[in-house]
Amino acid sequence: MIEVRELNKHYGSTVAVDRLSFDVRPGVVTGFLGPNGSGKSTTMRLILGLDRPDAGQARIGGRPYRELPWPLREVGALLEARAFHPGRSARAHLRALAASNGIPATRVEEVLGFVGLADAGGRRTGKFSLGMGQRLGIAAALLGDPGVLLLDEPVNGLDPEGIRWIRGLLRSLAAEGRTVLVSSHLIGELALTADQVIVIGRGRLLADTSVAELSARSASLEEAFFELTSGSTEYRGALGSDGRTT
Amino acid sequence: MTTTLATGGRYRFAQVARMEWIKLRSLRSTWWVLTATVAGAIGIAVAVGVNTRDAAADLTNNALAGISLGLLLIGVLGVLVMTGEHSSGMIRATLAAIPNRPLVLAAKAAVFGVVALAAGEAAGFIAFFAGTATLPGGIQGPALGQPGVLRAVVLGGAGFCLVGLIGLGLGAIIRHTPAAIAVLVGGVYVVAQFVAVLTHSLMGYLPIAIVANSLTAVQPPSDDQVRFLSPWAGLGMLCLYAAATLGAGAWLLARRDA
Repeated sequence: MIEVRELNKHYGSTVAVDRLSFDVRPGVVTGFLGPNGSGKSTTMRLILGLDRPDAGQARIGGRPYRELPWPLREVGALLEARAFHPGRSARAHLRALAASNGIPATRVEEVLGFVGLADAGGRRTGKFSLGMGQRLGIAAALLGDPGVLLLDEPVNGLDPEGIRWIRGLLRSLAAEGRTVLVSSHLIGELALTADQVIVIGRGRLLADTSVAELSARSASLEEAFFELTSGSTEYRGALGSDGRTT
Repeated sequence: MTTTLATGGRYRFAQVARMEWIKLRSLRSTWWVLTATVAGAIGIAVAVGVNTRDAAADLTNNALAGISLGLLLIGVLGVLVMTGEHSSGMIRATLAAIPNRPLVLAAKAAVFGVVALAAGEAAGFIAFFAGTATLPGGIQGPALGQPGVLRAVVLGGAGFCLVGLIGLGLGAIIRHTPAAIAVLVGGVYVVAQFVAVLTHSLMGYLPIAIVANSLTAVQPPSDDQVRFLSPWAGLGMLCLYAAATLGAGAWLLARRDA
């Protein structure tokens, strides 16, 4: 369970996240949609405690991220940009993260095999393709077998086989009762995997509803998305009250 | 896909230090820099030893000349230990794993400090023996048992470690590799040249002067215009620089967005 309450963040004069509140429930895949620059990545960094909010808070299982005793065992995150040193091997990267949270080294081999990097584990990550980098990021997210997963644009750079694999992975993680939040700017992709959807624009909540409900508003989910995001100011009041799922 | 994890407890210094040790040892640059430093210190010690003409010179200090030159390398490695995380994005993985940021920097400083100290002491002792063994016939080399000699060798290695920690602290403060290296090189080497010309009274407080003329000297350097610090005062001064940069770095790391 992720709870975001009245979260605010600005960089200079730019408001990145504007009084954002939503819940992400366990057991379903929740899509996190919004145009580029709408604040999806910032929101994820705020949930992870990487950026400090100006106001409001995010809680995971009732606690702020910074108070988690073993963060990687509770939350796995794949961030938009690469988060590994190019000079280090995939295996050493994962071993370092595992050691920090008291996770045995045997688990590193498990996740490397699971994401299809068993043979590439000893190679330096600077030589990795975008898709391999994504797989390493997913391996890192799964390292602590966490109950909460935050994945920022996970299909980026993956080939069709990889994209299909991610879809299945997200569904099975949710089916195991985990909380799964997946951001994307590809609406069609999310329509295939997500049950719930949170739409934001210019840092504000535009919709928090089921994929089925949002699709039913227009000819297609994509149409509904464009209607929402094109007139974010007009839609905000109306959707704030009827779209909440809590 | 299931691994049973021990429950209870929370991450502490030991886990964070283990992470930092794996990170440090798994980069080739670490081993290149340490090898180059030790090899350079030995090479310079031999070159100085072979060319020694004056038996009355501070032969211990001469043998340790390479330590002062290696300061730049270990300082840059210290910078990279921190800025490499920022430039690659690794910092986000690190801080997501360990949200207690001052603890992360403390573990980095401890792990890197121990490695740099080991390398510095190895360089110091090997350079001392190499430099004194290659003295020309007729010149009696110093022995570790003579007053101040062992102290000079040991403190030379300690100074090497402390300059590495200053680099780490600068990396945490500045975050960008080129800028941090520029400040390090400027602070350790370039500023020293200006200060030497402009104000002799401050010269003795510069890191390179402390290592070269306080820590590794057996005979106090005879310079009428510059007052160099005593070995132990010099060590204290370097500790103060390292503590100040690391303290400021930890303070900023805890407050800035990653």
